[in-house]
Amino acid sequence: MSITIDTTKEAKATPDKHQPWKELGLKEDEYLEIKSILGRRPTSGELAMYSVMWSEHCSYKSSKIYLRQFGEKVTDEMKKHLMVGMGENAGVVDIGEGWAVTFKVESHNHPSYIEPFQGAATGVGGIVRDILSMGARPIAVMDQLRFGDVSNPDTRRVVDGVVAGISFYGNCLGLPNIGGETVFDKVYQGNPLVNALSIGALRHEDLHLASANNPGDQVILFGARTGADGIGGVSVLASETFDSTGPAKRPAVQVGDPFAEKVLIECCLELYAAKVVAGIQDLGGAGLSCATSELASNGNAGMRIQLKNVLLRDDSLTPEEILMSESQERMMAVVPKKDLAAFEAIVNKWEVEYSVLGEVIKEPRLYINWGDEEIVNVPPRSVAHDGPVYERPVKKPTWITALNKDTTANLKRAETADELATQFVEIVTSPNQASKSWITDQYDHYVGGNTALAMPDDSGMVRIDEKSGLGVALATDANGRYGYLNPYEGAKLALAEAYRNVAASGAKPLAVTNCLNFGSPENPEVMWQFKEATAGLADGCLELGIPVTGGNVSFYNQTGDVAIHPTPVVGVLGVIDNVARRIPSGWQDQGHNIYLLGETKDEMDGSVWAGVIHDHLGGLPPVVDLAKEKALAEALNAASEQGLLASAHDLSEGGLAQAVLESCLRFGVGARIFLNELKADYAIDDTAALFSESTARVLVSVGREDDVKFVGLCEARGIPVHRIGVTDGTNLEIQGIANWELENLANAHANTLPELFA
Amino acid sequence: MPKIIVEVMPKADLLDPQGKAVGNSLKRAGHNVSTVRIGKRIELHFDHTPTEADLEAAKKAAADFLSNGVIEDVVAVTVEA
Repeated sequence: MSITIDTTKEAKATPDKHQPWKELGLKEDEYLEIKSILGRRPTSGELAMYSVMWSEHCSYKSSKIYLRQFGEKVTDEMKKHLMVGMGENAGVVDIGEGWAVTFKVESHNHPSYIEPFQGAATGVGGIVRDILSMGARPIAVMDQLRFGDVSNPDTRRVVDGVVAGISFYGNCLGLPNIGGETVFDKVYQGNPLVNALSIGALRHEDLHLASANNPGDQVILFGARTGADGIGGVSVLASETFDSTGPAKRPAVQVGDPFAEKVLIECCLELYAAKVVAGIQDLGGAGLSCATSELASNGNAGMRIQLKNVLLRDDSLTPEEILMSESQERMMAVVPKKDLAAFEAIVNKWEVEYSVLGEVIKEPRLYINWGDEEIVNVPPRSVAHDGPVYERPVKKPTWITALNKDTTANLKRAETADELATQFVEIVTSPNQASKSWITDQYDHYVGGNTALAMPDDSGMVRIDEKSGLGVALATDANGRYGYLNPYEGAKLALAEAYRNVAASGAKPLAVTNCLNFGSPENPEVMWQFKEATAGLADGCLELGIPVTGGNVSFYNQTGDVAIHPTPVVGVLGVIDNVARRIPSGWQDQGHNIYLLGETKDEMDGSVWAGVIHDHLGGLPPVVDLAKEKALAEALNAASEQGLLASAHDLSEGGLAQAVLESCLRFGVGARIFLNELKADYAIDDTAALFSESTARVLVSVGREDDVKFVGLCEARGIPVHRIGVTDGTNLEIQGIANWELENLANAHANTLPELFA
Repeated sequence: MPKIIVEVMPKADLLDPQGKAVGNSLKRAGHNVSTVRIGKRIELHFDHTPTEADLEAAKKAAADFLSNGVIEDVVAVTVEA
């Protein structure tokens, strides 16, 4: 089959040839900018590269000016543990004992709506390769999911596919899935959020970077063959809304092969151990366009590539398609010539296919040939790093004032014990508050034998060092409802909750990652939400003293003109010196005292209570006080180190009611709860005591022998502490309100999702 | 038994991990094949000879229900009397 080739020679000869820049998602001024960089019109190959690399998804052109503050609002103290910060494939954090961890969360929202199973599966595959490309062994995954309303028939299609896709890919890879979130809300109906997180561990000396700087080094593509899948996925799918795209000639989705990825992981780790790789980059969005230009740009060098050397699955692919293909399970390595034989021996052993595409050159120029014809001749920096940067218009929405005034003050509250009991059950069995075990049971939590905590615990925790017990805890959170009411505070609230979750597991919070899911950046109101949320997150991180190590931005999450709620998913990583010291999230034994730490205020706006009982969203989210969060985390850490805590569980959505129920159900230990003292001390009613979502609160249980010591520790640190009950029997009794058999509550809590989706 | 046979294949442009794995195994076992792709065959059974209307209904079911149009193609819907 003959292919028409657009060469650089041809581009010079036909300067006025019409090019489909618009269809590729470029704006006119961007196209003109490319022409001015090159001093001629781009070839079709160059146009393909620029269009994918300058897409919102790859270039961060609308978010860049706001993301900078994550690098600016930091102290030297915060950078102390940071080995690699933002801008690389994933951040790397020193956790001591010669170990480091790398972690990152990324979105795969749009592909997961079109083809839920493969979209979610390849989302997991992609983030795992990001972690692998830092030199680390991937050790766990997590996922943050947002689906549409449970009563909409299409929700089931997406839920089934996404959950099956995540479990298929993760389970086949042999990676434990240690946590995540699932939220249902009609704002995600036409645009579900599928965020995937992976974490990897490495010895300090094994750190690898995506950089090519030594002329003569060989550029090698290895792993799966390149096919016609996911072509234009980046520019068309991730960067424009669905309704603006025409029918694509090639399928825009990709199909993943987890077994190929598993082999690729082991192969890469052996290559690292043999020290034959000078630079490494995974191929994800924008495929070869991204890998070649980023490697060269990061090393301030260039490359000479022969595109005909790419191993193809289907030889009808055009050069442009090869440059844009997003075929999965591929990696690019930069290998010194002297190590080529050793490299070949290792990849052959793993039966991984590879081909040498070209070599690194000193001149900072990327030359790509198709046979004898030159089809790309560009400065790699202009493709990878010096893309357009926009300061898009920002406008505070006019509707927000009315929204913030529409508080929960006038909503009817329960007047009788029966009403309260009914609301309690209604809340804990609502889809967002019910047990997610129907979903998480489809994931393998314990493969590898290093999982210390997993769902439904507050954080996921994995052991890194089998001898010392050194481990890490990870929690992610986001509350779109809070974000909608106040994006600045909403981001801080997500950070505070993830931070609290990590602290409640006994680990010390160390670093932050994020996945910022928003609507269209071309809408000034969305851009305002984004500006506010990033400022809130950066300010919050500075206050807590933990740096953002990397992240991902996903824009254009909307159905028609209606944007999703601002959903900044924040992940906090903590370190624990020995996972044996972890704090369980549920009651352990009969006769322990139950304490509520922190202050309870009447904060019902944006709460689950307002949503479930009254279908209401308005007012202002709970107040965040990060100084209090920090003090609380330090108190938990001190108490845990002294072995005073039998359990700890953070309070968040659903308030005390949810935390009490989950603490009971974790290990099937009942409790008697009394709220009178709490209500009197804070002058609140039963509704606020049970369902308020005040922050900086944790529920703990303490053995009687440690009581005095524990209360003393809290008081000395100025942490409000209330004894609100004792663990007892197999019932949950909330005195004066209800007395349930745990088994009944457990069934009701567990049955919601299976009844909807199973 | 009268049947309508529906044949579904993964779209030509997409990776077929199952076919790839089987193809590699065949090659290792000495078979002289270049690539393998694996689809599925679905039999719809009838207690009568399928009518034109049955065939039309089967074609519709093949497209809407028995295959995933995003990643698969229905390559044939045939009556086997």
